[in-house]
Amino acid sequence: MADAPAARSGRAPEPAGPAGQDRRTVLAGALLGAGIAASVVDLAVFHLILHWHHFYDLSTTGVALFSDGLFHAFGWFVTVGSLFLLADVRRRGPVSRGRWAGALLAGLGAFQLFDGVVLHKVLRIHQVRYDVDLLLYDATWIGTAVLALAAGLGVLHRARPARAAR
Amino acid sequence: MSPHHGGPDWAAVEAAAGLVLVAGAAGYAAALWAARHRGPWPGGRTVLWFAGLGCAGASLLGPLAAAAHGSFVAHMVVHLLLGMAAPLLLVLGAPVTLALRALPVAGARSLSRLLRSRPVRVVSHPVVAGTLNAGGLWVLYGTGLYAAMHSSAPVHAAVHAHVLLAGYLFTAAVVGVDPDPHRGSLRLRAAVLVGFLTVHAVLAKRLSGDPPAGVGTADAQLGSRIMYYGGDAVDVALLVVFFAQWYAAGRTRTAPAAV
Repeated sequence: MADAPAARSGRAPEPAGPAGQDRRTVLAGALLGAGIAASVVDLAVFHLILHWHHFYDLSTTGVALFSDGLFHAFGWFVTVGSLFLLADVRRRGPVSRGRWAGALLAGLGAFQLFDGVVLHKVLRIHQVRYDVDLLLYDATWIGTAVLALAAGLGVLHRARPARAAR
Repeated sequence: MSPHHGGPDWAAVEAAAGLVLVAGAAGYAAALWAARHRGPWPGGRTVLWFAGLGCAGASLLGPLAAAAHGSFVAHMVVHLLLGMAAPLLLVLGAPVTLALRALPVAGARSLSRLLRSRPVRVVSHPVVAGTLNAGGLWVLYGTGLYAAMHSSAPVHAAVHAHVLLAGYLFTAAVVGVDPDPHRGSLRLRAAVLVGFLTVHAVLAKRLSGDPPAGVGTADAQLGSRIMYYGGDAVDVALLVVFFAQWYAAGRTRTAPAAV
């Protein structure tokens, strides 16, 4: 792909070549992981299947409610956007499955970690579950998040491009 | 809830809504006929336009519209159909493009002059359209307007007209397919889209704890869940259209540079 003039037409400059392709693959994976954690896991598993999260507990403050809505909106935005980004990467050239999957796992873990620490404990938007001793639930939530993040980073590292030409 | 429902005022409102929908269907069909010699028109757009009219019709006429007078849950279904689903379908029907094809040259020129005029430019700006749409909802559920729309036929008609028109303006500003001389940048439209999704989600959750006067607790809670999850369904459709347009626009970007 020729690199210089293509980026002139009103869009942010796009790094070309294998490095740009790899960067976009990792970005698409990480965003999909975060989006799945934010929208799909939270909505499908904890709201609709387990009924552990409350839809709205009346103690929620205005700030917490607003941040909850903002994360919700971002969750869907990055879930849909990252799939189209992956399609865009594929149409530009070959995609490394390992890099994409590793980034997905890392993104999922990173968002769950953020959710478990910042949203549950700092902003207190909602808790994992109500009317139970939270310590075990929080430890499991944060522990699996750290495991997923570590596993994702491990896969990313193993699948890294062979050449160190960056 | 409303003892007045069924009076002559309400019949007039329903008749007016029916006339607007019939005019929308007849106008589109007439334009298709007038532009028949100008090359093929994508059939999908026609289907989307009539599906949009169908959504609006289901929410304005018939059993659902009648139930919405007494039930917050039915009102929410109407809100989703009329304010979100119908606008998206109607916008994707590309009525302005069709009108430009169908009108004689002088008429098409006046139409495109109108589209470039200052008032149209202002209300179709993504931020203004998004504010009209989300702000209207905030006023409807946060003030006495919700109670007023169920006791006065003219207020009812005005609220519904606003919900449909503001929904259309917002959808057209964010994912419009018709020519838009002042279309906002991709980044601005993305920000407005995320902003609207946020306000909609916050409003839906607040309604479950703090419903408008006269709405029972169980009715409010189910209604707010329908607003939240149903809103998500339409919002995901909006996002798919938004990113599909981004993807399609990238074709030229990734093609081997034409140097």
